[in-house]
Amino acid sequence: MASNGKSSERQRTAQQRLRIIAGHLRKPEEADHTEIAAQECKAESSRTNPEKPNSMPKRRQEIMKWNGWGYSDSRFLFNKKGQAEFTGKRYRLSGLIMPSLKDWFEGTFGANLQHKSPAAPALNAGVVPPPNLNEVFVEELKATGIPFSQDADDRMFRAHGHCLHEIFALREGHFGRCPDMVVWPNCHNDVVKIVELACKHNVCLMPYGGGTSVSSALECPPEETRSIVSLDTSQMNRILWIDEKNLTAHVEAGIIGQDLERLLNESGYCTGHEPDSMEFSSLGGWVATRASGMKKNIYGNIEDLVVHIKMVTPRGVIEKSCQGPRMSTGPDVHHFILGSEGTLGVVTEVTMKIRPIPEYQKYGSVVFPNFQQGVACLREVAKQRCAPASIRLMDNEQFKFGHALKPQVSSIFTSFLDGLKKFYITKFKGFDQDQLCVATLLFEGDREKVLQHEKQVYDIAAKFGGLAAGEDNGQRGYMLTFVIAYLRDLGMDYYVIGESFETSVPWDRVLDLCRNVKERIVRECKEKGVQFPPLSTCRVTQTYDVGACVYFYFAFNYRGLSDPLNVYLQVEHAAREEILANGGSLSHHHGVGKLRKEWMQESVSSVGLGMLRSVKEYVDPDNIFGNRNLL
Amino acid sequence: METLCTERTLEPGAFTDILEERRRTSDLSHALRTFSPQPYRGHSLSSAKALNQAVLDSQYMRYITQEIATENGEPVELIREEASRILEEMSHNLQLSFIRLVCYTLTKVFKRVFRRILVNEDGLNRLQQALQEHPVILMPNHRSYVDFLIISYILFTYDLSIPVIAAGIPLMGMKLIGEILRRCGAFFIRRAIGADKLYWAVLSEYVRTIVKTGYAPVEFYVEGLRSRTLKSLNPKLGMMHMVLEPFFKGEVYDISLVPISISYDRVLEESLLAHELLGVPKPKETTMGLLRARTVLQEDYGSMHVCFGAPVSVRELAKGRTDRLQYNLVPRDLPQKPSEDTQTFVSLVAHGVVCLQEKGAILSPWSLMALILLQSPEGLSLDTLTQRTVWLRGLALTFGAHLDWPAQVSEKEVMSSSMSLHRSVVRCEGGQVLLLGEQQPGGDASASPEGDVLKRAAVVLMCASYRNQALHVFVRPSLVAVAMAITPSRRKEDVFTHFKFLQELFSLEFVFVPGMAGQDFEDGCSLLVRCGALQSTDGELMVTEQWAQTGYFLRAVLQPFMQTYQVVIRHLTENSGKEFTERQYIPAVRSYTMKLILAGELDTYEALSSDTQKNVLYALLRMEAVTKAKTGDQREFKVNKAAIQRIGDILAGRISPQSAAYSRL
Repeated sequence: MASNGKSSERQRTAQQRLRIIAGHLRKPEEADHTEIAAQECKAESSRTNPEKPNSMPKRRQEIMKWNGWGYSDSRFLFNKKGQAEFTGKRYRLSGLIMPSLKDWFEGTFGANLQHKSPAAPALNAGVVPPPNLNEVFVEELKATGIPFSQDADDRMFRAHGHCLHEIFALREGHFGRCPDMVVWPNCHNDVVKIVELACKHNVCLMPYGGGTSVSSALECPPEETRSIVSLDTSQMNRILWIDEKNLTAHVEAGIIGQDLERLLNESGYCTGHEPDSMEFSSLGGWVATRASGMKKNIYGNIEDLVVHIKMVTPRGVIEKSCQGPRMSTGPDVHHFILGSEGTLGVVTEVTMKIRPIPEYQKYGSVVFPNFQQGVACLREVAKQRCAPASIRLMDNEQFKFGHALKPQVSSIFTSFLDGLKKFYITKFKGFDQDQLCVATLLFEGDREKVLQHEKQVYDIAAKFGGLAAGEDNGQRGYMLTFVIAYLRDLGMDYYVIGESFETSVPWDRVLDLCRNVKERIVRECKEKGVQFPPLSTCRVTQTYDVGACVYFYFAFNYRGLSDPLNVYLQVEHAAREEILANGGSLSHHHGVGKLRKEWMQESVSSVGLGMLRSVKEYVDPDNIFGNRNLL
Repeated sequence: METLCTERTLEPGAFTDILEERRRTSDLSHALRTFSPQPYRGHSLSSAKALNQAVLDSQYMRYITQEIATENGEPVELIREEASRILEEMSHNLQLSFIRLVCYTLTKVFKRVFRRILVNEDGLNRLQQALQEHPVILMPNHRSYVDFLIISYILFTYDLSIPVIAAGIPLMGMKLIGEILRRCGAFFIRRAIGADKLYWAVLSEYVRTIVKTGYAPVEFYVEGLRSRTLKSLNPKLGMMHMVLEPFFKGEVYDISLVPISISYDRVLEESLLAHELLGVPKPKETTMGLLRARTVLQEDYGSMHVCFGAPVSVRELAKGRTDRLQYNLVPRDLPQKPSEDTQTFVSLVAHGVVCLQEKGAILSPWSLMALILLQSPEGLSLDTLTQRTVWLRGLALTFGAHLDWPAQVSEKEVMSSSMSLHRSVVRCEGGQVLLLGEQQPGGDASASPEGDVLKRAAVVLMCASYRNQALHVFVRPSLVAVAMAITPSRRKEDVFTHFKFLQELFSLEFVFVPGMAGQDFEDGCSLLVRCGALQSTDGELMVTEQWAQTGYFLRAVLQPFMQTYQVVIRHLTENSGKEFTERQYIPAVRSYTMKLILAGELDTYEALSSDTQKNVLYALLRMEAVTKAKTGDQREFKVNKAAIQRIGDILAGRISPQSAAYSRL
């Protein structure tokens, strides 16, 4: 361990780091000092340990919504005065009023606050079908002492991800096939026991991490006749060790993003892996879906971060014998695991790269006269390989959306300043309000380098007509990422449904793809009888050497439609076809699940699909991991 | 091709005479009107110069010039300069001031030669919508030099974006006029581009850039050239492919194709065209020639109809027909040979648009009269003509034709005003209606018998060209009627086999969408059922008592073509050598035909039309009864006499064609 002075300095940076995270994630909270110990998995002792660093209880529904996104205490609503506010205390936006959201909402969707479409109030356990139990399996599981539950609400909670159709069904009170029980292994060995028992008694296992899937990956296959056991990894959440010489950490795969980051921060480290879902999604889930983090430009995506993986499969445990940084030992077996979407086994432990917490962090933003110029700038930045930790380009609709989420300004002076800024950009610089778009930036590193880097990026932006638009706009852009999922629930209270989806595409096709997909959405909605033009918007969220990741949002007012869900599904399907026809990929980081399975063969060729199938057949011949994703 | 070739096309709404206002108000103020069309919302280039620069700077041009430089071992700068020169020769230089100038002049001309220029405003409203949403391709037919700028003229009048127009190089050669046209938005394409890779590259990049940047609507003649016979021509695919490519590659969301049908009561070039078909060479397009043609402007040409069809969405058409994924693995800037699917699709679209142009055509009473007159070469009484024309009007309307039959005017008056408009072709003497040229009044003593035949033929061909404007209405049922005449069987399958054979043989004569023979046959049959001449039961075609008149008429419609094809087949099997060039072919067929006519063995003067004669040859080539070989610099045709004889025998009903799979049964 380091000397005293060094460690106190580390503690200081850790505190600072916490504040930074809190900056774009949540309000700072009392750091609860928990020890990080590379402890053996002693089921009893740790299960009773009250100091566990866990933000995710077994009964998740106690702190989280059962039929919507995120924490129960945090939600958008229109108060009695018709003003939008965000409840709770967790986020920067919490407790604030957003005066212009109502107008934006009504104007964009043709929605009306008088027309409500409230969700079914509470989960009625009676509607959930009774569990289909494999009695022998249950008996033997009991003997191992691993906790499990057959409660309707526990099972219900794990029967879905966060696709629109899943949440919509919950709000309407429709429940499909549910897992028949939930089991909470506490460590790798628990998982080994569970998988052995499942194989022995032919029980279907479905791993469950953060539950943030948006690919129907968590839907129970309706044709499954065996007992389905949801394997909830949330209690496997310890950092087992940190190797400061090689800068790696060995972590249990059930840990959720915010806990991992917080715990590492306390030791002065971070992974730098920050997917938008990091409040809830788990390390194992990242591995199983090939997740991508906002700051991948510095830290890399999950496949770059992973050094070692341990996975329990029906054939046994797979892991490599060493932790060499790169190997030439045939195809990398990690790549069978990365993106396997729970079809091969359960990831139990992962060794990950870690980095010292950066000294300095700075947000920024640039306004461009139009989307085209913005994309050209991002392309140039990628070409010069000088992308900041994060660089994202929102289109005009999203820019306006962001504005609608501006909290009430505290002083006349601020609103006066805002007015001046607007005047400068639209009148003085001649930007068209309905064309301009904004890029948000996040720089990280040591102070001097950050400032240098910042200048370089702003210089490039200037060449494409970009104007620096301040740190505040940038920060708000990132904050939006975390609350946007909450907003969907608000929309659903007023007949508005929506979804996001993503792709990756070569640079020369970015503009064409964005335009065509957005247009396709608008046209499909019109054709399907949607009364009001939909919100159809996109942003470029990641840059690579050869292309970019593009993220789409679309939402529409479904009043007057007899089968809104079906319309929505058809539009989403058409949008994906359009993406593929324009040279986009099936998915950049959401994965395939069951939602996009139909395009897998076209995406990877039938030989490619055959290769994946043959792996599945070898590893899991009895389809114990029977969620039927991907293949 | 549901959207393109079924009967669910929009009925053209009311027509408005745009000359009416010109006659009431000042021509000058029309020419100087404020012009501020709503631009296409995605448009990004602003000037002709920027457009040219974008073409030259394109990745595609960089690639092609480099490739050619490597192939020829020349410095790339040289190739780029050449490309720049080609572009300079080609590119348009649209200037509003010239549009104004030309519109002013055209108003003067139009007012003199036409009684009315009729435009369907609902079509223009749809066009206005389309122009803002997607790049628009205006696809008119081309029947007269007069219509070259008519679209621009109308769009200017209605405050819509002025198109750039693909024109042939000969037009550019005309002093002054060429330059004026260039400034009115014409861009010029060489006739025989052949294997000139650089030229192709410049042209295609130029066209693609215009489409994908939404620089301006593109107007081009999908038929490739002016139809000498007023009949639709089979489309050319090169340009069609160029304008569609930005859609295939996802560079635009959609492209709107707007078929435009221009129909005339009387065509300015009528006599010129007839003589051209008879082998009197076409005068070179010169400015002086144009000025000399002023005498033409002294006459009355009746009305002109311009019908803007409903915009056709390429995206809709492409559903399930093309796979845009094929462009994913190669940079879109690189030249890529289009897949077979794509080629088939392009051909389908091009043919479909021609069919839509036909559907939008407005027939004059004269076209119907011409149909009747040509079936009675010896002439007929005015009463009979009137009675038959009125009957034919009913049939044409049943078949879905659009007629410009004046309301509240007696049938007699319609006849006489039509005949007076066409007094260069027809005259009425003592209640008898005759085509001119039977006996020349004051008979030219020195004229040879050949000269008489040619004079008569010219009149017949002029008359035939007006009939041709109406042919598309009757061609499908007519082919069914002919097929039924040459096969004794009434089984639908057998009739279809003959129908398909005839369609193949006449594939250059009439325009059919490839691969839609079953649909065409069904259409033909259902029209016959609709007019009461046929009943279709259990795969049998049963004739009714009305069949005698209708069937006879419909067969007679195709009679001149049948006869011409038989003459040519006879010539090829009995008279000609086994090998010849195209240059030798036409005079040989012509003199053979002339001989038959003089000997009284043939009464179809239309057989003298070089257009039909060429069509026969190329149809036989398609059917592989004739082959083409290159010997030296000459392309020679080689005749398979046995195969041609067989085709002749089938046509005469002596033997049966190999039965075709009738997919729709």
